[in-house]
Amino acid sequence: MMLDIRCDIQSGTLAVVFGPSGAGKTTLLRILAGLTKPDSGIIRSGDTTWYDSERGINVPPQQRSIGFMFQDYALFPNMTVEENILFGGDGKDRAYAGSLLETLQLTEFAKRKPMHLSGGQKQRVALARALAHKPQVLLLDEPLSALDAAMRERLQGEIAHIHRLYGGTTLLVSHDLNEVFRLAHNVVCLEHGKITANGDPKQVFSDTSISGKFQATGQVAAIDKEDAVNIVTVITGNNTIVKIVAFDDDIRDLSVGDRVLVFIKAFNPIIKKI
Amino acid sequence: MPTRLPFQNRRNNAVDPDFLQTLLLTFKLAASTTVILLVIGLPVAWLLAYSNFTLKPILEALISMPLVLPPTVLGYYILLAYSPRYWFGEWLARVVNVRLAFSFEGILIASVIFGLPFMIQPLQSGLRSLPESLREASYTLGKSETVTFFKVLLPNIRPALITAITLTFAHCIGEFGIVLMVGGNMQGVTRVASVAIYDEVQSLNFTRANEYAFILFAISFVLLTIIYSINRKQGSWKLL
Repeated sequence: MMLDIRCDIQSGTLAVVFGPSGAGKTTLLRILAGLTKPDSGIIRSGDTTWYDSERGINVPPQQRSIGFMFQDYALFPNMTVEENILFGGDGKDRAYAGSLLETLQLTEFAKRKPMHLSGGQKQRVALARALAHKPQVLLLDEPLSALDAAMRERLQGEIAHIHRLYGGTTLLVSHDLNEVFRLAHNVVCLEHGKITANGDPKQVFSDTSISGKFQATGQVAAIDKEDAVNIVTVITGNNTIVKIVAFDDDIRDLSVGDRVLVFIKAFNPIIKKI
Repeated sequence: MPTRLPFQNRRNNAVDPDFLQTLLLTFKLAASTTVILLVIGLPVAWLLAYSNFTLKPILEALISMPLVLPPTVLGYYILLAYSPRYWFGEWLARVVNVRLAFSFEGILIASVIFGLPFMIQPLQSGLRSLPESLREASYTLGKSETVTFFKVLLPNIRPALITAITLTFAHCIGEFGIVLMVGGNMQGVTRVASVAIYDEVQSLNFTRANEYAFILFAISFVLLTIIYSINRKQGSWKLL
């Protein structure tokens, strides 16, 4: 797949790279981290050039001031939680490691090895380790995909909190619309290796051509036929369940899992595929 | 009738010094080979596990040759190389005044060459079995390749490391053909236990052959049992 991207991210923002699997989200993050080498192009962070194919610049990951959180967390099995975090820093700054442990509520697990931690705890250790390096850019590759819904919601809050607390720029990969609405200042939509939209999530995911009184984006959870009409159940961005009456014509190209826009025009909520 | 330990001399009841010397030489050869191979094997295994260069298949084939070639073939070439009639042996004799054929150093080098796959292959597959993200995570945390290798990769392939060391040592103790070919059978210099067994059988001294054979059998059995019990404990890699 060809990845062709041109994008600026304002420093200090929390941006979410959103798109279906196989869109190139992880590859984009790996290229930014210096783990995958692009064929050509330029990558700049502030005043520093990380990559420039024409000038032959390719700064190695060690010198890019990034924190990378892997999908599998990549915690070092031979080290305890505290050692993992210390390894992320300069190995000596115990005070900073201690404050990270405290912020992420990991103090009681400090002496445990990663294999004795739950998924949520591992996620927090990985986040703490990435922060221990004091990076300018934090890259999070689908950090919450392996967790259940309740844990995911809690940690979304934690990531937002950490981002505010430690500053810097955060780039998070996700294919979950809820996550985008909860976290992103800025969303970069990626499809088939190309950016299809970039901006404020509310603007990106709503249709400005519709003058509705109420608009919400969500996902179709169920379509039930009742007598002459159909009941479409939609779970919207903030986990609200909306039931909408729709005629056969309205749901012809609609199936469970589709992303939809729910809006009220005149009197009735109307549903439209987006 | 007084009881006698199996390796005591029949005449004076003391442990036969030749027997002890041969066993010590066998262990000295195996231990030296293992240490040298560990130093060579770690960087080579790292190179083979993580880089992809044009000549890599040739290097891998060369390292694995001792697994398929009869020891006599390699032994023959090594002997040729040691010979002062050819450039390497001639250079050794002229410049450093060393003759490797039929010397301990000679069988040590041959044994290192012959043990290459036993050290490198377990290390290489151990490194390959680690999730790529471990190495990459260490790089993103600003750590160099050397620090990553010693602090992250090596401690996490400990079972592979123990397997490589034990296998190399055990294989070296059992080495016969190449030692005989390159070193001959000189007491105290190149005579190792496996060669001694052959020699004792040839001179119909079955009791002594039996003693050597039993010791080699027992050591190899214990070492291999250690490897298998370590590998049984090691689970598959799961980070999540």
